Order: sequence, then C-alpha cells, then structure tokens
Amino acid sequence: MKRSVAFLAAIALLAACGGGDGGATTTTEELAETTTTVPAETTTSEAAAPETTDAPAEALVLYSGRNEDFVEPVIEAFTAETGIEVETRYAGTGELATTILAEGGDTPADVFWAQDPAFIGGIAKEGLLTELPADLTDLVDERFQDAAGQWVGITGRSRVFVYNTDLVSEDELPETVWDLVEPEWSGRFGVAPTNGSFVAFVTGMLLAEGEDRTREWLEGIAANDPVIFEGNGPIVDAVVAGDLDGGLVNHYYLLQRIAELGEVPAANHFFGDGDPGSMVMATGAGILASSDQQDAAAELIRYLLSAESQEHFLGLYEYPMIDEAGTPEGQPPLSELAVFDISLTDTADTLEPALTLISESGLN
Amino acid sequence: MTAVAPPRGTRTERKPSPTRGRAPLALWAIGLVAVVPAFAPIAYLLWSVVRAGVTDTSGITVGRLLELLTSTAILVVAVTITTAVLGTATAWLTTRTDLRGRRMWSTLVTLPLVIPSYVGALAMLGTSGNSGLMTEALRAIGLPGLPVFSGFWAAWAALSLWNFSYVHLLSVPAIRRMDPALEEAARGLGSSRWRTVRTVVLPQLRPALLSGSLLVALYVLSDFGAVSLLRYETFTRAIYAQFRGRLDITPALFLSGFLVVVALILVWAEQKSRGRANLAARRPTRPAPTLRLRSAARLLAYGFLSSIVVGALVLPMLTLTWWTVRGLSLGSTVNSVVPELIRSVSVSGVAAVVTVLAAIPLAILTVRHAGRPTRLLESITWSAYSLPHLAVGLGFLVLALRFVPPLYQTVLLLIIAYVAMFLPQALTSAQIGLGQIGTSIEEASRGLGSGALATLRRVTLPLLWPSLLAGAALVFLTVMKELPATLLLRPTGFETLAVRIWSASSELFYTQASVAALVLVAVSAVPLYFLVARDLHD
Repeated sequence: MKRSVAFLAAIALLAACGGGDGGATTTTEELAETTTTVPAETTTSEAAAPETTDAPAEALVLYSGRNEDFVEPVIEAFTAETGIEVETRYAGTGELATTILAEGGDTPADVFWAQDPAFIGGIAKEGLLTELPADLTDLVDERFQDAAGQWVGITGRSRVFVYNTDLVSEDELPETVWDLVEPEWSGRFGVAPTNGSFVAFVTGMLLAEGEDRTREWLEGIAANDPVIFEGNGPIVDAVVAGDLDGGLVNHYYLLQRIAELGEVPAANHFFGDGDPGSMVMATGAGILASSDQQDAAAELIRYLLSAESQEHFLGLYEYPMIDEAGTPEGQPPLSELAVFDISLTDTADTLEPALTLISESGLN
Repeated sequence: MTAVAPPRGTRTERKPSPTRGRAPLALWAIGLVAVVPAFAPIAYLLWSVVRAGVTDTSGITVGRLLELLTSTAILVVAVTITTAVLGTATAWLTTRTDLRGRRMWSTLVTLPLVIPSYVGALAMLGTSGNSGLMTEALRAIGLPGLPVFSGFWAAWAALSLWNFSYVHLLSVPAIRRMDPALEEAARGLGSSRWRTVRTVVLPQLRPALLSGSLLVALYVLSDFGAVSLLRYETFTRAIYAQFRGRLDITPALFLSGFLVVVALILVWAEQKSRGRANLAARRPTRPAPTLRLRSAARLLAYGFLSSIVVGALVLPMLTLTWWTVRGLSLGSTVNSVVPELIRSVSVSGVAAVVTVLAAIPLAILTVRHAGRPTRLLESITWSAYSLPHLAVGLGFLVLALRFVPPLYQTVLLLIIAYVAMFLPQALTSAQIGLGQIGTSIEEASRGLGSGALATLRRVTLPLLWPSLLAGAALVFLTVMKELPATLLLRPTGFETLAVRIWSASSELFYTQASVAALVLVAVSAVPLYFLVARDLHD
C-alpha cells in the first residue's frame, strides 16, 4: 500500500509541476516510457526541459499596442545595435492597458507603447508610469506628450473618413463627423468602437464639445446602423473591396494598402478645420514605474525617437515626432493639418467617462 | 469510440465495481489537488458576480444583459438544432444505408473538427465579399458575387458546419448499438414507420443526442473567435469588448461570471432531462440490416454528404490555399510560423501528458471507489470543462495576479488552465478503459502476491494504455485549437499558431493568417485521423 501511495504521489507531483519546464517537448514516445516505468517519468520531466519560455531576467519587456509587423523590424534593429534583448507582448492597446492596471506594481512590462494617447494617459493617471529623462521629452512637441513628462509621442496619426471613390462622390462626403448621424449615411459606414484610436477620438470630442454633445453623437451613430468592426484595418479593406461605402479610421491604413496593392478605388477624406473627426493623435510610449530596468527602457524609447526609427515609421506613412524627419508621402505636413486643439494630457481624466459613454450608447 | 469528444452519457455505463470501498487517503488527496485548477476559476468568477450584484455592475445594465442573453440564446438554439439534424443524418447515412464508401464519408464528415471555428470564419470572410474567392469565381462566369458573410446567419453557418461532427461522432456508435429486434417488433405489432422512429428509435438515440447537443451548445456559448470575426454580438464578444475597451477589468469579470451561471444551468438541465436514461453498453444481438436506398434517395444522400463536405472542408481549405498562393505570388511578406508551430506542438503535448497524468488518479477514484464524494469531484471537473474559455482565462489571469504572482504569464499557468479546462476529455477515456479492464485481473495479480503499486504498474496501466493515449490525443487536438485562454495567459513572446492566426486575421492579413491556419489544420489532422476517424467504424 505504501508503495502505491508513493507512486501516485509521484504522478500527482508531475501533474502539479510537470508543465513548469515551459516548452518541454514531450512526445508520445516519451509518454509511453513514462507510464510504464516510474523512474522514466521523473527523468523525462527533468530532461525534457531544454528551453524556458519565460523571458530571461535581463530581457526588456515591451507591451506593444502597435502591430507586430509594424514594430518588429525596429525592435530587431534596436537589439542589433544595443545588444538589449526585448520580449514583446503584442495585443490591443486597450487589452494591454487593462492588463497593466490589473497587474499593478507586479507588471512584467518595462515599456508600454500605446496606439493612442487615451489609454496610456489612463495608465499614467494611475501612477504606474515614471517620469522620462529630459532628453527624451525635449525631442517631442509639447502637444504630443504628457504634461508631467511621463510619456512621449513616438509617431502621429490623423483620424480620417476613408471612402470608396466608386460608391461615394466627392460632393456627397460628410463635412463633419456629425453628418454621419444623418439618415443618408445609415448602414453605410464602419466604426471600431472598442479600438483605442476610436476611444481616443471620443475622448478628444468629449474635451472639446462636452458630455451632452458627445453622448448625442454616439447615440446618433449607434442608431444609424453602423457596421461594427474590431479594428481599423478590416474597415479599410471592406471599403477598398467596395463592400462598405466608408469608415472612421486612422489615415495610414489606406496608404499601406495602396503601397501593397497599387491603385485602389478608395481615398482618405479629412474633415473640416477643428473637426474632432480629423484630430491628430500620438502613439505614446512610457516607462513603467515598477520596471527595474529604467535605463534600458529609456534606451528603447530613445531608439524609437532616433532618426533611423522615425525614418522607418515615415516609410509606413505615420507622422514622425522629431521635426527633421519629414512628412509622410502625399500627406499634408503636421503643421498644416487641422490639428485638433486639445491638451493631450487631459485625456486621462476623460478616458473613463468616454468609455462609459461609448458603452452606454450601445456601440460596444 | 473512446477518443471521441467525451460522451457524458458514458458515466452511467460503468458497472458498479466490486472493489468499491474506502479509497486510500493519499489517493483522495491527489484527486483533490487535481480538481483544484478546475474549481478555482469557477468559484472566483461566481464570487465576482455576487460581489458586483450587491455593489456595482460598472455600467452594465439589466437591459444590456437581456440583450446579450437573447442574442446568445438564439444562436445557441439555432446551432444546436442544426447540428443535431446534420449529425444524426450523416451518422445514419454512413451506418444504416448501402451507400458506397460509407467509411470514407464518415471520415470526411469527421475531419471538419480539425478546423477551429475561427479559422472557418476566416475562410468564410476570404470567400465572400467583393474580393472573396467565390465572388471572383462567380463573376468569372457572369454571376453576381457574394455579399460579405457576417452577422447571425454567418455565425450560425460557421458554428453549425464546424461543430456537427461532434453529434456525428456520438451518434454513430449509438446507432450501431441499436437493437434491430426492437424496431422489427414495433413494426410487427402494427406501428407505422414514423411512429417506430418516434417511439423506438429516437428514445434509444436520446442520450447520445443530448450529449452531443450539450457539447455543441456549450461550444457555441463559449465561442469567441468565430462570432468576433463574423461580427455577431454574443456574451463572449461583449466580454472581450469590455476587457479591451475599458481600463477596469471588473465589467469583464462580471459578464464572465454571469456566463458561467448560464453554462452551469445548461449542464444541469441536460442532466435533468437525460434523467436515469441508461446508455446501455450491450451489443445488439446482430447488426441492423442496411437500408437499400432507391436511386433518387441515393442521389439525394450523395448530394447532401458532398455539400456538407464541400462547405465544411473543401471550400475552407481551398480558400486558405488560394489566399496563401495569391498572397505569396503578389509578394506579400509572410513571417515564418515555425517558432509558433514548435510552441503550439510542445505546449499541447505537455498539456496532454499532464492532463492524462491528472486523470489517472481521478479515474481510479471515480471507477474503483465510486460514491457520492467521487461524483462531486467528477462534476467539478465537468463544470470547468463546460465553461467558456475566455471566462476561465480571465479567472486564471486575475487569480494568478492576486494570489500567486510568480505564476503569472508563465507556461505553467497556461498548462494548469488547459488541464482545468480539458481534464474530462482524458478522464472519460481513462474511466471507460478502467471500466473495461474490470477488477478480476487486478485481483488475480494481487492474489499472486503483487502489491498495489506493482499491479497498477504491470497490469492496469499497460491495459489502460490505449485509452490514455486516446485521451491524450484528444486533449492535444483541443489545446492546439484553443484561442481565448491562450490569448490572455500566454507568456510574453509566446505566440502560438492560434494566437498568430488570430492577430493576423483580426487585421485581415489573409496571407499570413492562411499560412498559419493551414499549418494548424495539418498538425491537428494527425491525432484526429488516427484516433477518432479510423476507430469509429471498427
């Protein structure tokens, strides 16, 4: 009896900790050995632990709300240049922000690079970010960084109305985002209400036009039968394919598609001056206060703001944040753009109200 | 049959064991440890509902809950009925008629199980709309194209096509076990054909149908990828929207807890409605005569089977291949998915082994020491199995953060979650195997002087081996396809095939998504073919 207990305890122990060895590659043949002889079990479990998937302690952990295909080349170049290994967790900006907030001081993240100002503002407001070195904040226009210097813009993007040029004539185009609540646009346009960029845009609208107007707009949109998407890319693809007339997105998706596919029957429409529908937003990066690799983290952000990286982002049609880098091909320069006049640092205070408004409007 | 998605009915098949008696305390301790992962997230999520119920639901109104409940329920009911009809029809046609190539057809209608519903949804998107494969094909012959597949009908079609195989798998053995003498007696006593079906055939099929339907219903309740890609609002999509669209995690937890309640009610209802129905494991005295189909009926049957195979298997594979080839020829850059493949295979392999190891003591407890307490242990494992993976993932995420931070974002936590979610798949296999071994051979071994350990090692485990392997294959297959919990719990940088498909397809990078999806399907087909499809008609 005692021996059977020991045997079962061994099995249970394996059951409890056998997986701890991470990417252990245990094949069925190995399993065959393990179940026939007791000693084989323990040896297999120990031997089959060739690689640990946990990031080695020295790797810098980046939470990236930006797409993998967009970020990875820059990260590889950073590692090649500095020798600092980076583990990147790719997910939506909102998911990562929620995750960081849930993780609190235990977050494994060293750097958070958000797709938009609203969510990183929310994280900063919770006191989870630390103040950046002055040489970083000095690089970037004040309109595109946190007032307390806790995060800086890495690139800028403009909100636009993308439309299919075969399905929508130019005189039909909405002059402001308010036109989209009108019956003639019913069911013809796409939005991605849970996407960070949309949330940030609503945040901006809330700051500029107040709660009542924003609620009115959101409810008007929700009632106008919009096509709901998870992200901007699919909206642009649907518009390009002619499955959808138009959509509220960021400017660069279409430019990337044109680069990929050549001429497409779609164009970006910028709303009139001061319209929240065309606000320019920064993608922001900050360092987690709990990070024990502050220097390496700052090094990464410094690299993202280097001429080399900014050039790379420019090639992907985003607005660089350092002056000398230039303007995306075919786009109006940042200075000429109808930049939505908000102090981006205030977005933190309007994030939760904006999220609640979106939720209550029934858009998500 | 043993490798089939676990038939819940089989729990009633076991004969009472003669060695029923008090289990050793250590065995109990191990059993309890094995069900902790299953119990923890359920308890935590239910608690978060209770807590929110008395304080704050974070902007989620009763109206919103009802709306989600309705849209989810409509989909669950529609898909469950559709799969019940489709699965029973394919099972009947491939077992009781004289169609040619019945085995081949049976395998073909089982194979859609290797296509996760989110991959199916991706293929549906890639085939419809102005840039879709079917649209291009239709336009080439002068017909109008297909509109983009989205909303209720698309979600209904996707979940039906990629789930009906569960019903097929459970119905085939049930139909084969049916005793033709009963039907003949009914007919002989003057019962009409339809009445015989209603009063004799269907009641015999009932346990299998109920189990299959429950399996499908729970799957639909928990599906996240397909409804998200096809844009149909259900509970899981709302949970994810809350998770990503808010800073606070509470609303997502609250909705998850609510979904847990719904899932538990479903499981309870199925058990109630099955009652004491006994899925008798006896073999019929002789096989049922095969029905000769007339030529019209035969054509109809071939047409039916082919259209299912085309819709659920040929079209999605063709679409994925087409997007891959087209993307590559247009010069799309596709990242290698080899690292993802290695991660997927190794994590699924480890999860399968650990799950089987955890299932062995539980199987011994529940089979050799059956009783009220062991039944409780077993129902806990089943409860976790029935939960939506997104909810389980959120539960584990928060539990780890609050109580065991070192576990957070480790492969270990991911594997614990897999074990919690898929334990019944291995457990059922092990239980059936143990039940078939019987106790006399073990008693003989003990009588000849072997200890309990030696008996287990030399007699029981070797005999149990095929059942354990079948259970492991099933867990492997399921873990390979699992998406939402993996998405939430994976360590940073630990992108699996499922995660890669998801991130590429949510941005509609069709080429990249298709490459990863084809690899996933190919790898999943191996365990499925050898352990499920091949054995089904033996």
